[in-house]
Amino acid sequence: MSGAAAAAVPGCAASMTSDILLQFCVAGVTYGVIYGVVAIGFTIIYNTTGIINFAQGEFLMLGAMTAVTLQRFVPLPAAILGAVAITMLVGAALEVLFIRWLTRPSVLRMIMITIGLSIVIREVALHVWDEKSHALPYFTGDAVSALTVAGAKISPQVLWVVGVCGAMVLLLGLFFHATPLGRQMRACASNRDAARLCGINARNMVTLSFVLSAGMGALAGCVVSPITFVQYDSGTALAIKGFTAAILGGLGSTAGAAAGGVVLGLLESFSVWFLPAAYKDAVAITVMLGVLFVRPTGILGNAEAARLRGH
Amino acid sequence: MRRMRNLVVTTACAALLAAFPAAAADTIKVGAILAVTGPAAFLGAPEAKTLEMLAAQVNAAGGIKGMKVELLIKDSAGDAEKALSLAKQLVEEEKVFAILGPSTSGESMKIKQYMDENATLLLSCAAAEAITTPVLKWVFKTPQNDANAVRWIFGDIQKKGLKKVGVLNSNTGFGKAGRGQLEKLAPEFGIEIAIAEEYDKAAVDLDAEVTKLKAKDVQAVINWSIEPAQSKVPVSVRKLGWNVPVYQSHGFGNVKYAEACGPAAEGVLFPAGRLLVADVLPDSHPQKALLVKYKKDYEASAKEAVSTFGGHAYDAFTLLMKAIEIGGPDKEKARAALENLKGFVGTAGIFNFSPQDHNGLGMDAFEMLTATKDCKFVLAR
Repeated sequence: MSGAAAAAVPGCAASMTSDILLQFCVAGVTYGVIYGVVAIGFTIIYNTTGIINFAQGEFLMLGAMTAVTLQRFVPLPAAILGAVAITMLVGAALEVLFIRWLTRPSVLRMIMITIGLSIVIREVALHVWDEKSHALPYFTGDAVSALTVAGAKISPQVLWVVGVCGAMVLLLGLFFHATPLGRQMRACASNRDAARLCGINARNMVTLSFVLSAGMGALAGCVVSPITFVQYDSGTALAIKGFTAAILGGLGSTAGAAAGGVVLGLLESFSVWFLPAAYKDAVAITVMLGVLFVRPTGILGNAEAARLRGH
Repeated sequence: MRRMRNLVVTTACAALLAAFPAAAADTIKVGAILAVTGPAAFLGAPEAKTLEMLAAQVNAAGGIKGMKVELLIKDSAGDAEKALSLAKQLVEEEKVFAILGPSTSGESMKIKQYMDENATLLLSCAAAEAITTPVLKWVFKTPQNDANAVRWIFGDIQKKGLKKVGVLNSNTGFGKAGRGQLEKLAPEFGIEIAIAEEYDKAAVDLDAEVTKLKAKDVQAVINWSIEPAQSKVPVSVRKLGWNVPVYQSHGFGNVKYAEACGPAAEGVLFPAGRLLVADVLPDSHPQKALLVKYKKDYEASAKEAVSTFGGHAYDAFTLLMKAIEIGGPDKEKARAALENLKGFVGTAGIFNFSPQDHNGLGMDAFEMLTATKDCKFVLAR
């Protein structure tokens, strides 16, 4: 009896381990894609303006909260589209009101302004909505439904997150490389003065970058909200993780940002396996500091390009 | 003309001077430090609504011993440092008679020494036993002790014949204190804690943590926290297709936490006061009338389901009123009255205070509750 039990355990443990490793991968990719999308939002604005928009996390919160409210009146897809549109307008308004009229602002000033804006948006959200956490319903199934893939359980919502975020990255790549508008934005990114000499309205491109990154943030916020919930102050934590991912991937590179997010998510997830879970959040900060000290251009960043941009 | 004006000014000054002491005698200032926003908002917000409702009720009925209650609610957002500076503000500038709250254990631990040194009553709405153990002269608390919650949970696990459990807790005062009690009491019940993991209070997903517990093959999961993150625990357990009992602390006593679990709420077990199941109590139960009235009043004025947390503020407020009624507007007399109060019916249970016990609640203040499929709380059978 005891012999049979003992014999069963090793085999069981082996299959358990591979299941569990896969499960950690799934969890890591889920967080990672979310971080990646926030990181891309940072990247878009950084590329056209050279500033880090610390209110990026607030776009996710605004998108999700607006969709939760709209969803009471219209079907889910319409609510999400409406929330994305409204958040884009907010993004444009922020740029036009607070950024556009500044002539050659210093980096420090821009950091102050965007941090200030993020605090204002949070407080406004607290008053418009409330202090409670909200969530959109699961797009498919519910909180506990899961697909089993090779022994690991995957929530259908995770597939939505990966699918929507992946599609966003692809479309963004197409937009930047295959449309005149996208090329104009990239021209501004590589050399603003030269772009203006070519007749590109650089200021409008900056507004457009805020609109784009607000829209991306809002859509990402909607897709992840069934898993993560959202309340007025959820933007901050996401912004820190997203910023880390952006740095990890080399600020300025969209693909790098996406990859940086996934790497960070996997690192966090697997850190739980090796370390006490309490250190999970310390991993992101450690990675950020490590990258800043050792390789400030990021894993995928190009040192040459970074130096040229600096001039 | 000029003399006339001087006269008017002098009279006005005299009137003001006369008015102020009179006003001071006619009102009694009660401070409250609550986590109205932030991660513990599911505690602080119903507490604030409860206090506002009760103060209005007392004042409408002519006040307490002829004094109007002036309620000063301060939002700490669940931040212990902020709670301490608010306590100093309330005690030193506002000169309040007593402070109700804070909502969370971490904040209560942070300010209890200060309140004791400044000889001002603190009626904490937080649960950790360490708040009133060892007893500080001026510090009381209204929620049931976490050690008793642990005993209920371990008792239930023992009854099911299970031995090996996994523990999760949030990195807050409440979570850490609960984990401490779990680890301390497990040997008494012959239960082994095979793994204990801590997560951030603002965690958005706990799949990785729960996977780690699952790998240890534990027979039950116990989670200790008061933040929305606790709803992620049953969700992750069920999503991973893991069919073990899930226990939550008495910090689960807001039906919104169950609703946030969706279908995963079904079968979650947690010890709680009787407020959530007031309707099914027998009419002869001594708490029945009070619970039903508070539930009805709260749900009518706040337009949301009642929670045990609002109940803790209800108890803190009514206990303070009782102490003032017996001891009058004298801090030391009111404190002594509270310390010797016996058989006081509250939402959390029947309070029997003594100089050795500033919580006054026993094991019988709890029932084991469970959530149904449609996210209602019922007695676990």
